[in-house]
Amino acid sequence: MSGASDRIRHSNAEGRAALIAYLPVGFPSVERSIRAMVAMVDAGADVIEVGIPYSDPVIDGPTNQIAAEAALLAGARVADCFAAVRAVVAAGASAVVMSYYNPLLQYGLEKFAGELAAAGGSGVVLPDLTPDIAQEWLAAAEAHSLDTTFLVAPSSTPERLHMTVAATTGFVYAASLMGVTGERASVGSQAERLVRDSRAAGAHLVCVGLGVTTGAHAREVATYADGVVVGSVLVRCLIDHVNEDQALDALRTKTSELARGVRGES
Amino acid sequence: MTDSLQAATGPYFGDFGGRFVPEALVAALDELADAYDKARVDPAFSSELERLARDYTGRPSIVTEVPRFAAHAGGAHVFLKREDLNHTGSHKINNVLGQALLTKRLGKTRVIAETGAGQHGVAAATAAALMDLECIVYMGEEDTERQRLNVARMRLLGATVVPVKTGSRTLKDAINEAYRDWVANVDTTNYLFGTAAGPHPFPTMVRDFQRVIGLEARAQMLDLGALPDAVVACVGGGSNAIGIFDAFLDDAEVRLIGCEAGGDGVDTGRHAAAIGGGRPGVLHGSRSFILQDADGQTIPSHSISAGLDYPGVGPQHAWLATLGRAEYWSVTDAEAMEAFGLLCRTEGILPAIESAHALAGAMRLGRQLGPDATILVNLSGRGDKDVETAAVYFGLLDGGES
Repeated sequence: MSGASDRIRHSNAEGRAALIAYLPVGFPSVERSIRAMVAMVDAGADVIEVGIPYSDPVIDGPTNQIAAEAALLAGARVADCFAAVRAVVAAGASAVVMSYYNPLLQYGLEKFAGELAAAGGSGVVLPDLTPDIAQEWLAAAEAHSLDTTFLVAPSSTPERLHMTVAATTGFVYAASLMGVTGERASVGSQAERLVRDSRAAGAHLVCVGLGVTTGAHAREVATYADGVVVGSVLVRCLIDHVNEDQALDALRTKTSELARGVRGES
Repeated sequence: MTDSLQAATGPYFGDFGGRFVPEALVAALDELADAYDKARVDPAFSSELERLARDYTGRPSIVTEVPRFAAHAGGAHVFLKREDLNHTGSHKINNVLGQALLTKRLGKTRVIAETGAGQHGVAAATAAALMDLECIVYMGEEDTERQRLNVARMRLLGATVVPVKTGSRTLKDAINEAYRDWVANVDTTNYLFGTAAGPHPFPTMVRDFQRVIGLEARAQMLDLGALPDAVVACVGGGSNAIGIFDAFLDDAEVRLIGCEAGGDGVDTGRHAAAIGGGRPGVLHGSRSFILQDADGQTIPSHSISAGLDYPGVGPQHAWLATLGRAEYWSVTDAEAMEAFGLLCRTEGILPAIESAHALAGAMRLGRQLGPDATILVNLSGRGDKDVETAAVYFGLLDGGES
């Protein structure tokens, strides 16, 4: 079974949710982004979502847009994600890659899947690809034993929930609200229902993301989800602190807060 | 069944098209596609749209022969389909009236739109005012600067114009921002998409709402004697071009020529010719030709015309290009501005810079074909919005021509 799924199950066996932490590779530089991901592992993240920056991130809010734009300006490439995946795995966490579809399509789906598997990555999260049009990717993923996480949203119909859950290998990503990524004052009120509906549709592992910002949010989501996905507030640590030591301190502090949250601690 | 290419229904056009969007938007697109499928066969919808076209837009638009301009096009017979005479000054109104009527049918109260040159934004703001809908227009910050008059027009019409400061600050980024708004507000909001691109059902639906251009023009040309040898239109996303092409798709003897924005020249890399200088990929919800680097990152386009300054193209054009049914030429900024100036001075018609790309294509084609040829050009918009750009280009503002 896959690294990320095993890690989430292992966390659940400890009586807690898993912490899945996102950062884009290449922001502010490839090396610094990798050190930041390792710092999150050290501070308690179970799974790292390694983001591939993309020029047209339609489901991302301002924080992730700023980071993606800066990463691309600094020369980040699709292939940089493999070094990040290796570093995360070496640090003891599981790694999945999150990417919009076109960068993978242009890299070559089969080639990308092969290299990700070789780097030790366990799967991908695809925010703008739905299972009904994912046959080519799914074939490549299956050939290299990679898991594919699709998203479900509060607007998903029962039919689409079933289809998405059936096509998902690994964990299902439940978007907590109708909107883009970003820090928020509260987690969407529709998240709990969506997790329940996804389980009823057959999902084994359901993780919730979008808007999770504080330890308290993580604690709340952990009461009903198998994992908690956090992104923008972590990216924010790197945006707010130009100095690398300060950025890593802020990142460790925030990750620890979230790690306590998924354990039901404050 | 016939082998007709007309009115292809999507979601795929050959290998192109589809619906590559976040799951959160699928329900809204399904709802829209469903409403459109019902409306297109509903006589009440068609008759309301026809009434608006006649009594509000001013359809049918006329066809004008332009012999003094044609003298610079090899002496061919050149006819202009005058979409510039529509209310709001371009073909965009044809589409927004249809989509705004659908919005009312969906029971939604708010519309969002993206705009490049501002023509679609102005049309959307107009339809929103007419039908009592709240209207938000996303416009790249760079475009708000080069199309200031259209920004003011939209605000006069009651719309909120939001300058988009991310990415390349042009049309593609305005589309991204509109999607972000739509995901968050889908319960109340319909997205009035401006061109025949994006995810299904937009390419099909926008083409259908623009199809009236070609239906009228084909009949008008027959009344004048015969079908033209060629139909020429500018292509950014490609809605005016697919609108005039569609009725001619099954007339094999009629050449269809789309003029993409060649900017400084396709070989310079500073252009907006997605078919001429791009390759297949996925952008903004569909698979088509796009300008992209080796990693699939979108390359910002360049054109003097804000309305053509887009790194993608509608999937039906990509399909027609690979089938060989339509040809896609690139026209540089300089060629377009030469045609722009010529039409002003020879015919007293001030074209949109977008449409001037089609005029330049007609000049090139006329010189190839000679005086026996008949060429129909879609004059998709008028150039009032471009007076400042053109005046700067030709050096007319500070004491005379350069």
